[in-house]
Amino acid sequence: MTWVLNNLGLIIELTLVHIRLSILPIMLGFVIAIPLGWVAYRYRLTRGLILTLVGLLYTIPSLALFVILPPLLGIGFLSEANVLIALTIYAVAIMARSVAEALQSVDPDVRQAATAVGYSSWSRFWTVDFPLAGPVLLAGLRVVAVSTVSLLTVGIVVGVQSLGYLFTNGFQRGIVEEVLAGVVMTVIVALLFDGALVLLGRALMPWTRAARALPASPPRVAMA
Amino acid sequence: MIEFRSVSKRFDDGTLAVDDFSLVMPSRQTTVLVGSSGSGKTTLLRMINRMVDATSGELEIDGENVSTIEPVQLRRRIGYVMQNSGLLPHRRVIDNIATVPRLNGVPKKQAHERALELMDTVGLDRDMAERYPSQLSGGQQQRVGVARGLAVDPNILLMDEPFGAVDPIVRADLQQELLRLQRELDKTVVFVTHDIDEAFLLGDQVVILEKGGRIAQKGTPAEILAHPASDFVASFIGADRGKRALSIQTIDGAQVLVDGDGNLAGRLVEAGPA
Ligand SMILES: Nc1ncnc2c1ncn2[C@@H]1O[C@H](COP(=O)(O)OP(=O)(O)O)[C@@H](O)[C@H]1O
Ligand SMILES: [Mg+2]
Repeated sequence: MTWVLNNLGLIIELTLVHIRLSILPIMLGFVIAIPLGWVAYRYRLTRGLILTLVGLLYTIPSLALFVILPPLLGIGFLSEANVLIALTIYAVAIMARSVAEALQSVDPDVRQAATAVGYSSWSRFWTVDFPLAGPVLLAGLRVVAVSTVSLLTVGIVVGVQSLGYLFTNGFQRGIVEEVLAGVVMTVIVALLFDGALVLLGRALMPWTRAARALPASPPRVAMA
Repeated sequence: MIEFRSVSKRFDDGTLAVDDFSLVMPSRQTTVLVGSSGSGKTTLLRMINRMVDATSGELEIDGENVSTIEPVQLRRRIGYVMQNSGLLPHRRVIDNIATVPRLNGVPKKQAHERALELMDTVGLDRDMAERYPSQLSGGQQQRVGVARGLAVDPNILLMDEPFGAVDPIVRADLQQELLRLQRELDKTVVFVTHDIDEAFLLGDQVVILEKGGRIAQKGTPAEILAHPASDFVASFIGADRGKRALSIQTIDGAQVLVDGDGNLAGRLVEAGPA
């Protein structure tokens, strides 16, 4: 515990950096995945193609991506942008499929009814389809968040600071406690994101809990 | 008045859902389209608000060809009620009812006031305004659906098997409620059902459809019952059996009516005018 106590300042600083760097790829990935997922959902023919291509992105090893991106985009190997862009790509890879599935999950009857009462397609998408896709979108976003928080640690190999520093530094100096601290804090950050997303979901989708509260379950009879 | 003139609809997959359909649906009356599943009822109904566009023929509302009216605008002035209520599950009852006025730009407060009045109109307790649709019974959801359909005070109300999914007792209740509403509101109602009893109960004009939206017979319930135009119609309305096939039996000089199943239906009090 002594290493942890002596380096509390460093751990907290790295944790804050880790949180800060995770937010952008999660949000960007979500936003970029919406049109992609929509096209895949809307045009059946493109569906397999888009989802397969996007899915393949996820199979590129992160280290390879960190090395490929800088010359492609003309950015520095050691810049934060390099890691942020790579993580955004992974987020899109996961989220595009979620968006397509989320839109698919919306009850077609509700969609038809919305059209029948006079929603234009644009307003129907944003005020009916999109919110009703919410629960499945949220599930996808939670995976993205955890994946991003975890992948960010790899950024340390190209010199971008994060909790990953505790892994490499602890390993080089043979301090097991430091490595463990890195693992524990990464898990805690992942759980923080997950918890925040769940709370956000509850706040934005009150009807999902109303639905669960309703079906008056018949009184349970204890069976001997 | 809604007028179909030689309207046909062929879907992209080649299905001829409606074949050369012509009909006048008079204003302020209830026209019921009745037929078995797949006879084209929903397709006919949806052509009125352009959810489906006719392949050929003309469809006019009060002399105006619907193909010249922008679909979204057209739908916002026609009430639409469907089977599984079609309510938006993520909106509270009050917001569901206020949907179309809000789309039309009516301020929220005003739209909500009107929504509460409509809850009274359709016999819903105002306490339910803040609930989500999933927190209502099937019958209550249908009432909300009707209230939403009436929210912009449309001249035309389209109803696609609106009471098809609720239990018989609630259905009977909702049917009576619709009759009462119709007496008060005087809308042009187009009502789709596969239930001939419901058709006879609600319809001023009843149109019996065969496959492809072909009209087997149209008329008032009395006309159809008195003179079924074909064996198909007679069989469809059950004129030859059960509770519609009444016969007179004389018991000790008094005449009683017995139905096709041999059940006593009542007593003949006095023959009506010929
Ligand atoms: N979007 C569609 N594409 C292809 N065929 C359809 C479509 N909608 C309805 N049909 C077909 O058209 C016929 C009439 O359908 P519909 O109007 O729904 O009948 P009903 O409401 O009387 O049950 C049926 O054979 C049905 O399968
Ligand atoms: Mg139908």
